[in-house]
Amino acid sequence: MTDTTTGDPPAGAVPGHPGTDRVHAGARWAFVGLLSRDIAVLWRNKGEFLGRTVIQPLLFVFVFTYVFPKIGQTIPGAAGTSFATVLVPGLVAVAAVFSGITAVGLPLSVEFGATREIEDRAMAPCPVSVVALEKVAYGALHGLASALVVFPLVLVVPVTPVTVHVANWALLVVVLVLACGIAGALGLTLGTVVKPEKIGLMFAIVVLPLTFLGCVYYPWQQLAAVRWLQVLVLLNPVVYVCEGMRNALTPFVPHMATWASLGAMVLFFALLLGIGMARFYARIVT
Amino acid sequence: MSAAIEIEGLVKVYPGPPAVRAVDGVDLQVHEGETFGLLGPNGAGKTTTVGVCTTRVRATEGVARVAGIDVAAEPTRAKAHMGVVTQFNTLDRSLTVRQNLYYHCRYFGMSRRRSHQRAEELLERFRLEDRAIGMTIALSGGMAQRLQVARAVAHRPRVLFLDEPTAGLDPQSRIALWEVVEELKAEGVTVLLTTHYMEEADNLCDRVAVVDHGKVLVLGPPAELKRSLGAETVITLHLADASGLVPRLEALPGVVRVEPATEGLRVLASSAGGLVPQVVEAALPHGLADVAVTEPTLETVFISLTGRELRD
Repeated sequence: MTDTTTGDPPAGAVPGHPGTDRVHAGARWAFVGLLSRDIAVLWRNKGEFLGRTVIQPLLFVFVFTYVFPKIGQTIPGAAGTSFATVLVPGLVAVAAVFSGITAVGLPLSVEFGATREIEDRAMAPCPVSVVALEKVAYGALHGLASALVVFPLVLVVPVTPVTVHVANWALLVVVLVLACGIAGALGLTLGTVVKPEKIGLMFAIVVLPLTFLGCVYYPWQQLAAVRWLQVLVLLNPVVYVCEGMRNALTPFVPHMATWASLGAMVLFFALLLGIGMARFYARIVT
Repeated sequence: MSAAIEIEGLVKVYPGPPAVRAVDGVDLQVHEGETFGLLGPNGAGKTTTVGVCTTRVRATEGVARVAGIDVAAEPTRAKAHMGVVTQFNTLDRSLTVRQNLYYHCRYFGMSRRRSHQRAEELLERFRLEDRAIGMTIALSGGMAQRLQVARAVAHRPRVLFLDEPTAGLDPQSRIALWEVVEELKAEGVTVLLTTHYMEEADNLCDRVAVVDHGKVLVLGPPAELKRSLGAETVITLHLADASGLVPRLEALPGVVRVEPATEGLRVLASSAGGLVPQVVEAALPHGLADVAVTEPTLETVFISLTGRELRD
């Protein structure tokens, strides 16, 4: 749809679409507008984006797969592979999922609680759910960008050999899409639930446990040695993202069955999306 | 006459405990092109009424239509016809001044080219060109509010909602904003304004609804509301002790009514000619500290109706 006239559209109208078409056109345009706004802000802050995406995984692989082997403190990997290989899917998964929190959750929490900026975006001519879905889409794109930035890093930095083999590209695409969807939906949920003054606390009590107990640094099957923990971590969505990624990138490392990781990812995505959308609506419309 | 905003039997109860009946049966019709004021103290239900009209608050009972569209049934269509300035600064702090306008146009379906043009037009018109590439956080209160109004009218809405638009602004910025509203009015934009500044309602509005406790107490053009008091002069007396004075004042020729005021009494009179010396003479034995003679204002109307001042 283009702006075909030289003048302005009639008051409130989306150009070219009279009547009820306007609603759908409006929703689509609002979505595109909101997304382009978010991408413009990301582009302006690209240095910041790189810094915050790269530092944590870079330090991790640098210390554990570069420094440790050099000083003789090697951590063994699983099933005859190096620890560096075990880390690849985990760190890529974590980069994707947690960028949803930084890209959507943190700003949204502030926009709802402190600055009330969200109140203006809620007046865009589209259903409130479209404003929420746009945030999920942006979180997903941001997650994908983070995964792509982190992936070469975890391949190149380690001194120990890293082996990655994608046997099934379709699986990788599905896992990536679901991981990014979870990133956006998790960001939406946390952004609508957590008050801005509790963000620090959220990192301590949500993000850190999700990471350390998310099968990022070890395959889930190895946890059989600590059976209660192996069962408990099944509540953590990050586990399935890491296991799915492990399945797609390093299929020779023990990993959860495809149906289990994909199925759980779909469930967690639907759950987080449902909670996030409901909370978003409840905070906009009283 | 066509109505730009129609509110029928509007009730909003915020569930408690304790449940709050913020709007308690409001009926209003705002005509096309009219500047309409909701005047009342904080907590009178003004913002909730605007919230319902702007799709942000779900009515417990009743209907609100903007540009003929039921806002509860078709919020998306209704939103396309309205611009909203809330009482908080909701500017996008991650964007520049120009981008705030540009992206707003994009949300409303304008093309990139048209959005750029419109942003430039608005920057010029609202005298914000110098600040175009600056971030909104650096704007003064008055400029931020001008930008909010510019953004709210960027998509040329038929109805503009201004919720306490000048709260917290310095007098100069307030007058500058009034000029902006006058200009929009001249262009035919319907404006619904909430305020607890009676001068604002008096200066800007074609009609005013005085509201309190979620109800419309009286509605009409400001001049008419003031006339309804039946008084042309208000004499406010600051007294140490008003006891026994009321009947004496009421007996004076030309006195319409005598009401208690914060620090004494308020005498409403049909005309001031020769009356003030008599009132002063009568009040002197009661510890008269000060006397003020004014014309009736909308505040006087509010006080007469509620016995309270607007900014209690």
